[in-house]
Amino acid sequence: MEDLFIIIYNWLVSLLSGWGVGPVLVDIILGVLGSVLIVAYLLTLALFIIWVERKLVARIQDRIGPNRVGPWGLFQNIADVLKLLTKEIIIPDGADLVPFMLAPMIAVASVFMIWAALPFTRNAVGTNVSIGVLYIVAVSSLSIMAVLMAGWSSNNKYALLGAFRGVAMLVSYEVPMILTLLVPVFLTGSMRVNEIVGAQTIWYVIAMPIAAVIFYIANHAEAGRSPFDMLEAESEIVAGFHIEYSGMAFAMFYLAEFLHAFTISALTATLFFGGWRGPFVEQVPTLGIIYFFIKTFAIYLFNVWARGTLVRLRIDQIMSFCWKFLVPIALILLVLSMLVDKIATGIIPNYLDTTLLGMLPRTGILLLVNLVVGALAFGWIARTGRRERERLESRQIAPVERPAAGQQAK
Amino acid sequence: MTVTTIIFAVMAIFTLGGGLGVVASRNLFHAALYLVLSLFGIAGLFILLEAPFLAAVQVLVYVGAIAVLITITIMVTRRLMGPVESLNRQWPVAAVAAALVMATLGFVLVNQFSGISTAPDVPADGLTLLGAAFVDPAGFLLPFEVASVLLLAALIGAIVVARD
Repeated sequence: MEDLFIIIYNWLVSLLSGWGVGPVLVDIILGVLGSVLIVAYLLTLALFIIWVERKLVARIQDRIGPNRVGPWGLFQNIADVLKLLTKEIIIPDGADLVPFMLAPMIAVASVFMIWAALPFTRNAVGTNVSIGVLYIVAVSSLSIMAVLMAGWSSNNKYALLGAFRGVAMLVSYEVPMILTLLVPVFLTGSMRVNEIVGAQTIWYVIAMPIAAVIFYIANHAEAGRSPFDMLEAESEIVAGFHIEYSGMAFAMFYLAEFLHAFTISALTATLFFGGWRGPFVEQVPTLGIIYFFIKTFAIYLFNVWARGTLVRLRIDQIMSFCWKFLVPIALILLVLSMLVDKIATGIIPNYLDTTLLGMLPRTGILLLVNLVVGALAFGWIARTGRRERERLESRQIAPVERPAAGQQAK
Repeated sequence: MTVTTIIFAVMAIFTLGGGLGVVASRNLFHAALYLVLSLFGIAGLFILLEAPFLAAVQVLVYVGAIAVLITITIMVTRRLMGPVESLNRQWPVAAVAAALVMATLGFVLVNQFSGISTAPDVPADGLTLLGAAFVDPAGFLLPFEVASVLLLAALIGAIVVARD
């Protein structure tokens, strides 16, 4: 059975050509149509995933969550969107208008642009560019610029503070993210996202679990969600970089955050969990889109779980975790597995085979490397944790003297 | 007039307009934003030249890292946030340096590229060739390693400075 997307594509091409549209123009029209389709789909999906997230986080925190508008509160977000659409966008005094209005747009655009390189099925991929993975990193780094612009142009101390520490975190966590992003690239020998998916007869998460975990954590931080919500941190800096935004401008930041979280799940599913691969996908390629979204949603639920459960870390803890733990581990893992992989390629015959049985030796060897590095990492964490606990326990804390009730402290 | 020409014109306007904005705007933060625009234009030109790798690296390194670094530097420097005097006593030196750079670039442009009206063919797997050339002793192995050592030294230096 042929892929549904190819059938639709061919039908549209023949339809437009039948109307006497030139081939260049057909390409442009279909390109625009595809982009609009993906963006519209994601915007609609955002309403749903925000509902899922609110409901889940509510259950984790022993609340009910949205339950008034529609069945199970399903239409709550539609009501919220209508409210935000009709609200005024307040521009504070002394704000720098152009960067102020540009920042939310860039934040949303940087998330949407990632989807251009993610394959939904074997054939349905925006652009299968030769530098796919690098493109994804490049466009996702744009969101840093959006945060900086928003923080600076709001003319607000809290916004600037939030932007500063947020940017420090985002820039730092890009390092382990890129280091582990290299793992699927060197395993596949290509930066094309679709080829990375195609090569995963056995998911890369089985061969390189530690890399997948580091990639996921770094991406979780990139999306700026709890426990890494340095950007917002309501209890410390009110709302961080988007404190001055209201109405639709705020809604765009909100949308960007939720979609970013969903996008990193899709990215993890694509690079480590085999993307559109699944049973019978060779016979019915259209099934791929279902597998892709099942995997994405599974990882997204994990993401929501982490967000609802973990408490916010201090900025210095976040930075030490990145630079003193994630980066060294990612670096050691990358270099070691590349070395072992290269040596094994020379020794074992048919090492780079991508059939199910042929991939077993490679997966086993890399899994062994991962287990060794993982054991080291966990030993390291345990030791650091023990030392920190001993340091805190040995420290004598003087009791705080409080003024007696009714007596005003001077 | 083809689509490529139109895209080239747009990208050239981005690049040159951004560049003009960098030197002309009085607000340093705006100058940094114009720099981002200009660097984006250059990335677009790389795509037109069928060098998507360079375009992605341009965005990743210059927009994602260097522009952010410049912006933060501007933000944490005192008395630079508001409009500042555009000219100080060093402007004649800067003018001479700018003129020299412009003369050099102009000379190279006229000398090397005059008489070329069509773009030469780009090899299909330019990225692979580039990667192979970096590790080929007959290619760019030595410059590549020298640059790597330089970057490593800078990295270690940064760590040493940060630890003090």
